[in-house]
Amino acid sequence: MGRKDLVFRAGTGFFGLLLILIVAAIAVELTRQSALSIQKFGLAFWRTEIWDPVAGDFGAWPFMWGTLYSSVLALMLATPIALGIAVFLSELCPASLRQPLVFLTELLAAIPSIVYGLWGIFVLVPAVRALEAATPEALRRLPLFSGPPLGVGMLSAAVILAVMVIPFTSSVAREVLRSVPMAQREAAYALGATRFEAIRSALFYARSGIVGAVMLGFGRALGETMAVTMVIGNNPQASLSLFAPQYTMAAVIANEFTEAADDLYLHALTEIGLVLFIITLVVNSLSRLLIWSMGRSRRAPRASAAGEAAA
Amino acid sequence: MKGRTRRQILSSLFVAFCGGAVLLALVPLALVLLFVLSQGIQALNVGFFLGLPKPVGEDGGGMANAIIGTLMLTGLGSLMAIPIGVLSGVYTSEYAGSRLASLIRFAADTLNGVPSIVIGVFAYGVAVLPFQQFSALAGGLALGIMMIPIIARTTEELLLLVPTTMREGALALGATRARAVFTVVLPAAAPGIVTGIVLALARIAGETAPLLFTSFNNRFFSIDPTEPISSLTVQVFTYAIAPYEDWHRQAWAGALVLVSIVLLCSMLARVATRRLERLARG
Repeated sequence: MGRKDLVFRAGTGFFGLLLILIVAAIAVELTRQSALSIQKFGLAFWRTEIWDPVAGDFGAWPFMWGTLYSSVLALMLATPIALGIAVFLSELCPASLRQPLVFLTELLAAIPSIVYGLWGIFVLVPAVRALEAATPEALRRLPLFSGPPLGVGMLSAAVILAVMVIPFTSSVAREVLRSVPMAQREAAYALGATRFEAIRSALFYARSGIVGAVMLGFGRALGETMAVTMVIGNNPQASLSLFAPQYTMAAVIANEFTEAADDLYLHALTEIGLVLFIITLVVNSLSRLLIWSMGRSRRAPRASAAGEAAA
Repeated sequence: MKGRTRRQILSSLFVAFCGGAVLLALVPLALVLLFVLSQGIQALNVGFFLGLPKPVGEDGGGMANAIIGTLMLTGLGSLMAIPIGVLSGVYTSEYAGSRLASLIRFAADTLNGVPSIVIGVFAYGVAVLPFQQFSALAGGLALGIMMIPIIARTTEELLLLVPTTMREGALALGATRARAVFTVVLPAAAPGIVTGIVLALARIAGETAPLLFTSFNNRFFSIDPTEPISSLTVQVFTYAIAPYEDWHRQAWAGALVLVSIVLLCSMLARVATRRLERLARG
């Protein structure tokens, strides 16, 4: 390797190194900026239910709850639909329809969060309010549907999150299904399987990748900010009710960061950001690991086939 | 056919469910686009593009400052993200097997998954707090950080698409690696890299969360990078959550402009990718 090649390698490597440094700097800076809160409250910060900045009481449980609850609900809505889309587009769809449909479903991911939020405030929330008001009294006694029909609240947030997550999950699931060897389905058909049974066997073959796709959607839902902030009601109170206005980690940062008057308040909000960073990091890494392991098992047989051909 | 078995019925139901899922997902897409178009077009006029925001109660006014602001913020972001993104993409594709390359790839994927609001908190800590001043620079930093992983990964993928024979041809003529990359491989992949940059722009032009407490907002016209600056997204947010009818109309108009920008960029990128794929195959 010549000297010029070394310079080239070092030069481009430097910029790659910058990328790594940015990620490290985010972790360090968030930790540094939340030191006061971590020292003062410790782990109790995440168990405390009272968030009263005026009194100096900071407990982040309602936000943690709201983030997890809204994301899980969104996944429950989005996963069957996203997988249905992935199966349709990769297994069932006529070839001429595939490209346009792929484009349209991916358009869902291109629409900015703020636009979903605006639509949420003026179209979705009134619709959800009507739906809540029409809920029969008997159901309203259940904790899941308790509270006045406000429209803003957990249900609206879950619906809008589901819409935003679907394109991510379905596009990864589609890729994963595409990597399932054709022979897997052909073998099932040869045994007399129906379409459903053949596709089921392909889905089973791809299960780790499919779980990865769902987790990727979960990671997206956890960090989604604007649309949720605009429809969830921003009320720091953990509740099981779908109708109750609640709060998420991302939303509290978006709403209160510029208002944080003292250092402790700011550090408490930054700690919420730090934990959000860590959670999404873990979820995304796991998801990539699952999708990647799927890709590996796919490549293995192909490599051996190439080996045989060479021999 | 004499009566279908349960298995066949189940299979048909499954096919119907999958088709239904596609239709179901297209409903919100159609609804969002329909409302943005129908509501937005009513408030969209020349004044919207040329005017400044008016105080509550006065009708009219526009988002000229926010449009300039969004252009400036994405421009500042690109200035930072394009060199880092493209060159680290070059590294990861040239030295694909090295340990640093897989570390860079991991960092890029990680950064891509970091919630945008968290990037905002970071940019606040390093670019707002020390100077006690919201600024366009801080907003550009936040947007730039979000662009880097997108550009880095598309650059890497597209450089790998360039036929190895081209590179080998250059190397066989005695070119150094740098020369082969910069005069042969990169130009061949250039349309694709530009596509990646356009896609990254489309994504960050619609970002609000990282700007809320970095570039903040500004009711006046500003191009000073050290001052707070308005952006379409933050302006739409401010107007959407305010209780004034006229502001709501403006918010829809802003949303229409945003969606148009994003869709235009995505379609441009799509056409370019198609061309590139055909080239790679042909």
